[in-house]
Amino acid sequence: MEKLNPEIKNQIENELLGTVGRRYRQETFWVIFLGVICIGGTVAWIIQLRKGLGVTAMRDYVSWGLYISLLFFFVGVSLIGALVSCVLRMSGAKWRYPLIRIAEAVTLSAIFFAGFMPVLDMGRPERLYFLITHGRIQSPILWDVVAIATYFIGSVIYFYLPLIPDLAIMRDKLTDAPMWRKKLWRWLAMGWEDNLLQRRLLKKAMLILCIVILPVAISVHTISAWLIAFTLRPGWNSTIMGPYFVFGALMAGTAIMILIIAKLRHGYRLEHYLTPKHFNNLAKILLALTAFYLYLNINKYGVPAFKMAKEEKAVLEDLFYGKNAFLFWFTQIVGLIIPIIILSFKKIRQSIKWVVAASVMVLLGALINRYLIVVPNMLHPFVPIQHAQHGYATYNPTLIEWTITASSLAGFVLLIILLFKPFPVITMWEVIEEVEKRGEKEIGVENIVNFQNIPGHAS
Amino acid sequence: MACGNNCSCNNNNAGNQDNSRRDFLVKGLIGGIGAAFLSGCSTNDKTKPESGEKINVLTHDGKLVTVDKSQVANFKPHISEEDVRKGIPGKKFVMVIDLAKCDGCGKCTKACNKMHYLPKNKEWIEVIEMQDSPEVAPYYFPKPCYHCDNPPCTKVCPVDATFKREDGIVAIDTDRCIGCRFCMAACPYSVRLFNWTEPIKPNIIETTPAAENVFQSKKGCVEKCDFCPHMAREGKLPACVTGCPMNAIWFGDANEDAVTCYDGTTTKLSQLLEDGGAYRFMEELGTEPRVYYLPPTNRIYDAKEIKIEKEGSEN
Ligand code: SF4
Ligand code: SF4
Repeated sequence: MEKLNPEIKNQIENELLGTVGRRYRQETFWVIFLGVICIGGTVAWIIQLRKGLGVTAMRDYVSWGLYISLLFFFVGVSLIGALVSCVLRMSGAKWRYPLIRIAEAVTLSAIFFAGFMPVLDMGRPERLYFLITHGRIQSPILWDVVAIATYFIGSVIYFYLPLIPDLAIMRDKLTDAPMWRKKLWRWLAMGWEDNLLQRRLLKKAMLILCIVILPVAISVHTISAWLIAFTLRPGWNSTIMGPYFVFGALMAGTAIMILIIAKLRHGYRLEHYLTPKHFNNLAKILLALTAFYLYLNINKYGVPAFKMAKEEKAVLEDLFYGKNAFLFWFTQIVGLIIPIIILSFKKIRQSIKWVVAASVMVLLGALINRYLIVVPNMLHPFVPIQHAQHGYATYNPTLIEWTITASSLAGFVLLIILLFKPFPVITMWEVIEEVEKRGEKEIGVENIVNFQNIPGHAS
Repeated sequence: MACGNNCSCNNNNAGNQDNSRRDFLVKGLIGGIGAAFLSGCSTNDKTKPESGEKINVLTHDGKLVTVDKSQVANFKPHISEEDVRKGIPGKKFVMVIDLAKCDGCGKCTKACNKMHYLPKNKEWIEVIEMQDSPEVAPYYFPKPCYHCDNPPCTKVCPVDATFKREDGIVAIDTDRCIGCRFCMAACPYSVRLFNWTEPIKPNIIETTPAAENVFQSKKGCVEKCDFCPHMAREGKLPACVTGCPMNAIWFGDANEDAVTCYDGTTTKLSQLLEDGGAYRFMEELGTEPRVYYLPPTNRIYDAKEIKIEKEGSEN
């Protein structure tokens, strides 16, 4: 085991602190770009608030559309924090350390937007507080509200706890920062002195939180699945919905995680910290999850397809060779089968480019899949649609809906970037401690010790 | 012009009251009788000056009259929020639809729309064409809300805006509904409608709590067939029943075991269900509808003329 000398600890901190508050040209471009989309979405939302939900393409048959699909997507993505911080922790994967803060940032942003989507979808958002004043505990919506709120608070704490020692490092090291920042850091670091007792307490708190947050995370998404599984509608009335949502979510979250670390690696020059080892390991997880999700899909669609009960038939036909067939087969083939093939080969899996490509496909598939869970089922109720007015028996989202959808996704990415800005994206103290204890290899970092020898990296 | 012809209080006062100055009672108050009504009359302010602003009010016998705004007394509703949530005491409303008699004329829908000020594109009771399998004859199928005894829609409402009353009615409180549309997703019969845009308001004033209003459309809230509780409070039949010249719809009280149809015939509910071989729509879902159907046997119209629309087509 190699012991790090204080000088090298110093250098790790210097490098990781280098991203704090620093401006990157590409990043600034993205922030402006995403910000503009968000402004567009806000305008669309104001129009929607004034004119009512009539500006969307939702009508009495398809009474839930893109917004609820996105709710499911965001709730799902928020599971990635629990996967990295809890599941990987319990399985003893040491390479998780550089990923923890990134995963928690994704979680925070996703759960924030997950809480926002239902408000966008409400006919009477000004009555939101009725959920508290008149809430009825038997409704799954209320469970969802409670679960999302709990998970949000839990995620904030989980984001904050490992940040404390890093804030203390920032407080001590970045002495030329503006006064208000220094004050804020001092306040947030809560008198962290980095002694043994503090470390022990912090680690204990993180362990307890990790145990508590996992069931909360799973319940958040299971309850979202129940929103539709608790109805009697053909296609939704199914016991597989809970696990189907949870594993689909983990899969989408892992894909997003891969894409984000791929971007950060170059954007923030973190090649030594986010290494092929991380991509390779995440790719293996993604492979397992996509394969399992394919298996769940076979169960979800295959079992009723064999029986072809009258009501299910209309939905299944729509998906297999009807109006939604293209999207359906896209999610199955491009979203699952091709990524599985790509990720199955060790050689290909070791190339970051291919892993990223597979993740893009999985993510696209997962997004479309959320839509396919919601909309086609609503178009095929028990009582066949008859005498429908124009626009009632179809669902073609309007420009307003697309704008709001796009800006929610943009806002999600923007919030992640903004969460990366004020803090080092990699948990410094944990990485230093683990490198000290186990060496670079197990943590998955490379050459961080002599990085200053590589020209152009010292910042 | 009197506000109500079976109202003793107005008749007593008629002599010393100027007709044109008589206060008109706002619809919703009139269903009540007795003390509430009398005290209402006695507080009429006859010295109020005319405001010059005219409004339409609905008299309790269904006539629309234009009066000066000052003539409308502002009574407190004598049907309280709790009354509305509880329902009409001692009743268990039930409907029977005789598919053998329904010829698909759609007059029930028209009567309903008139009663509830619904535009043409909204149908609380929808007449659809059904054909159970290709070889059997099609039939018309009026579909109101079934006011299920095990209603999936009320179970999921997060704010108790849609609720089951003791008289069997599943009602909606549009002052409470947050527009989440979970109930629409939960109703397996696609009965519920949503106000996607601002509905056109009729020029009437209603003072009952929202769930028993005649006009229930509110932007951002759900609505559906309400079994006309405002009529039931007066002991009258719902609009669709009195609108169906074929006598296809029966309405009544299961506690009394009696149902009545358009021409006034009252019959024993249990007998009607037994003799007619009644069934409930999609019984297997366990929703326990309060609406029974009599099968379309011995139809009194030509079934071959019915054309079944392809699923999902629009007009
Ligand atoms: S028919 Fe639908 S809306 Fe009416 S009570 Fe039953 S589930 Fe609710
Ligand atoms: S739309 Fe209104 S009535 Fe329906 S579940 Fe939501 S709050 Fe309740």
